Amino acid sequence: MLKPLLLVPLLPLAGFLLLVLGGRRWPRALVAVIGVGSAGLAALVASVVAGALFYMPEGQPREFTQTLWTWMSVGGFSPRIALHLDALSCVMMLVVAWVGFLILLYSAEFMADDDGYGRFFAYMDLFVASMLVLVLAGDLLLLYLGWEGVGLCSYLLIGFWYRDPANGRAARKAFIVTRVGDAAFAVGLALLFTQLGTSAIPEIAERATAQWAGGSTLATAAAALLLAGAVGKSAQLPLQVWLPDAMAGPTPTSALIHAATMVTAGVYLIARMNVLFALTPAVQLAVAIIGATTLLLASFAALVQTDIKRVLAYSTISQIGYMFLALGVGAWSAAIFHFMTHAFFKSLLFLGAGVVIMALHHEHDMRKMGGLRKELPGTFGAFLIGAASLAALPLVTAGFYSKDLILARVWMAPTGGLWLYLAGLAGALLTAVYAFRMVFLVFFGPLKEKPSRRPGVAIGIPLAVLATLSIVGGLIELPANLGGRPVLSGFLASALPPTAAEAIPAEGWLQAVAGLACIVGVWFAYLYFLRSPMLADRLAASAAGSALRRFWFSGWGFDWAYERLFIRPYVWIARVNKGDFIDAFYAAVAWAGRLAHTLLSQTQTGNVRWYAMGLAIGAVVFIALAVLL
Amino acid sequence: MSHIFYISAVIAVAATLLVVTRTHTVHALLYLVVSLLAVAMVFFTLGAPLVAALEVIIYAGAVMVLFVFIIMMLNLGRHAVERERAWLAPSAWVGPTILCLVLLAELFYVVALGGGAEAAEAATVGPKEVGQALFGPYVLGVELAGMLLLAGLVGAYHLGRREALGEGAEEGPQ
Amino acid sequence: MTAIPMEHGLALAVALFVLGLVGVLARRNIVFMLMSIEIMLNAAGVAFVVAGARWGAADGQVMFFFILATAAAEVAVGLALVLQLYHRFHTVDADAASKMRG
Repeated sequence: MLKPLLLVPLLPLAGFLLLVLGGRRWPRALVAVIGVGSAGLAALVASVVAGALFYMPEGQPREFTQTLWTWMSVGGFSPRIALHLDALSCVMMLVVAWVGFLILLYSAEFMADDDGYGRFFAYMDLFVASMLVLVLAGDLLLLYLGWEGVGLCSYLLIGFWYRDPANGRAARKAFIVTRVGDAAFAVGLALLFTQLGTSAIPEIAERATAQWAGGSTLATAAAALLLAGAVGKSAQLPLQVWLPDAMAGPTPTSALIHAATMVTAGVYLIARMNVLFALTPAVQLAVAIIGATTLLLASFAALVQTDIKRVLAYSTISQIGYMFLALGVGAWSAAIFHFMTHAFFKSLLFLGAGVVIMALHHEHDMRKMGGLRKELPGTFGAFLIGAASLAALPLVTAGFYSKDLILARVWMAPTGGLWLYLAGLAGALLTAVYAFRMVFLVFFGPLKEKPSRRPGVAIGIPLAVLATLSIVGGLIELPANLGGRPVLSGFLASALPPTAAEAIPAEGWLQAVAGLACIVGVWFAYLYFLRSPMLADRLAASAAGSALRRFWFSGWGFDWAYERLFIRPYVWIARVNKGDFIDAFYAAVAWAGRLAHTLLSQTQTGNVRWYAMGLAIGAVVFIALAVLL
Repeated sequence: MSHIFYISAVIAVAATLLVVTRTHTVHALLYLVVSLLAVAMVFFTLGAPLVAALEVIIYAGAVMVLFVFIIMMLNLGRHAVERERAWLAPSAWVGPTILCLVLLAELFYVVALGGGAEAAEAATVGPKEVGQALFGPYVLGVELAGMLLLAGLVGAYHLGRREALGEGAEEGPQ
Repeated sequence: MTAIPMEHGLALAVALFVLGLVGVLARRNIVFMLMSIEIMLNAAGVAFVVAGARWGAADGQVMFFFILATAAAEVAVGLALVLQLYHRFHTVDADAASKMRG
């Protein structure tokens, strides 16, 4: 039952093609059926295939490669279009397909008033197809194809409401910043191919370990370039500036692309190329450091944001920082576990925020929201569960299990473990603060504006399913002292190397500390944002407070710095170059033409005698020539 | 007999020179008639009596008369002669004269270059031979010339009409 | 009748032609320009007849026939055009009809 693997990316692609052809003319119901149905069918097929992989008999390698054709064969370079299913891509595939289906179901009702309904579903289907190609790719070039495809869909969907130029700017910013990473990825890909002679992922892993000694320059270079690509796509330092602005797109887009799936492509890339990173401890440490700094930076920024979607954007950056941190210390399956739980609770949070935004007539500012607890009870419940999972509320939420596993592994890391652990712990505290700040600002306090729209069934089902998953999702990886059922890491062990030192000493203590950080954070948020908000306002109003608040609000001034470091010099160079010599050459051609016109048109006097004179002169000249020559 | 040729040639050239330099239109036309008659004499001396007669009858007799009729129809008025004199300032002559002297020199050179052709028979080519040539090898050209004359006729009639070009009841020259 | 050298006849034709050309270039009155063109046509005819007489053939005179027919047609149409021009511009100045300038 593994053969239908091909259908998984193909079904959403077919949905996209159908919607491109007729999305504008067909009725909404048909468009929704095609758009949501193709993703749903893909999710079903993915489940069947995953089941087949899971129940494969012991003794066989738990993987399946389906080679479709050879893409090209040029001078020894022959990448194949090959889908490779192993435990890692299986988990990714399931998450992408099912979360994608749920979000598309939500959008069927959410986007119902929009004119570009067909266009939206076409782009989303294309995105799901590209993301599935990315995670199922058995060849690095095919992975890059999916990588570029999701980048394109991200651009198209951020700028979905294209009539507003601000959305176009945000889309361009996203595309250009990720382009920097993509370029590095392409160079890394070329390096890998030229040095190892192949672009198929399993062969790269084999030949790299065979040819390159640990820490060799080539390996480091290749790993660093791939890391740069991952950093761009996953919005980590220093390329994180695009994600907050990407919230200009519709909320389902933000949920699917910029929370659950596309931004985790970098995490997947590093996990997939774990052999290469294991060869280069320096780069792997850089991964961890990037993750740690990003998660702190983004948490501070999320603390002071007023737009509800921007809080969630910075939160996403921060949580992916956790995943990078896990990858950096070698906790591969922990990172994938956190990816899975993050996909559940983050998309839940986004979908819930979408309901609130729509109910309050596209109001994004949290300061204008309040007291929606009684008005939107279902949404409140879902949002609360999502925030709790984000804050990693102990024992009852999936987020607790994944974040705790990461923190435990970081504590055990051989290099810099203590500092990384402290950063992760501080981040956990801040996460709880800003997560519950959101909850208290939006759902508690006085009612500022009455909601006008209540969500229907198509919105309610995905919220309910994701809320359930955000609670029970952690049960597939129970730590040793709470039941010890590592189902997920057992499954992933067939694809990812085991983390060194399986047993974690003092796991209970670590869990207690993490849980305490969460509770303290929630209590803090309660104090400052619900019980006595005047205290928080006074703190923010003070000189140091407001300066700090502005600094964090702007995302630690990165946009300001990039504007001055890169954008302005580039624009200046372009302006100076506008009159360069090549341009001058073409301008001169036009000028010469005009000059000839001016001169020659002066011979057109309209005077008959003048023309007769011309004839006579011509006759004289020609006869002279005939006589002389 | 050759004297007559040279005398007629001189008269023709002189008369033509006077044609282009007169200010009074009718005077110029009359000098032109003289020139054409002199050229007819030249044709006679060359042994081409038919074309000599045709020159007199058609060229001097019909074409020039047509010119005279048109001049009279134009009715240019008293100030025409003064206007012409103003237009014929020496500055107007300089350029064309130089150009034409150059052309004259070139053409004389070319003609002289034609090189000592032996003087041919001084035979007269009479009307009968010309007629036989016209209705023999050149009959197609004759027919085409006839069509050309028809076209000229129709064209002249159409262009000569005043009302056809939307001028309404416009008066003549002021 | 002694034969007249062809060069002399052609020289006459050339002289007449050039005089006609001078008239076309120097005169501003349309009627004079047409007259000068007639002179030029006549000169061309002289050249043909001279050449025909040199070879004792009728072809020269036949060509003169055609030139004559052409000149007649041209004069008729040309003078009709002169009349039209006069009615439009109320002058026989050739420089007045210079609207196709530029």
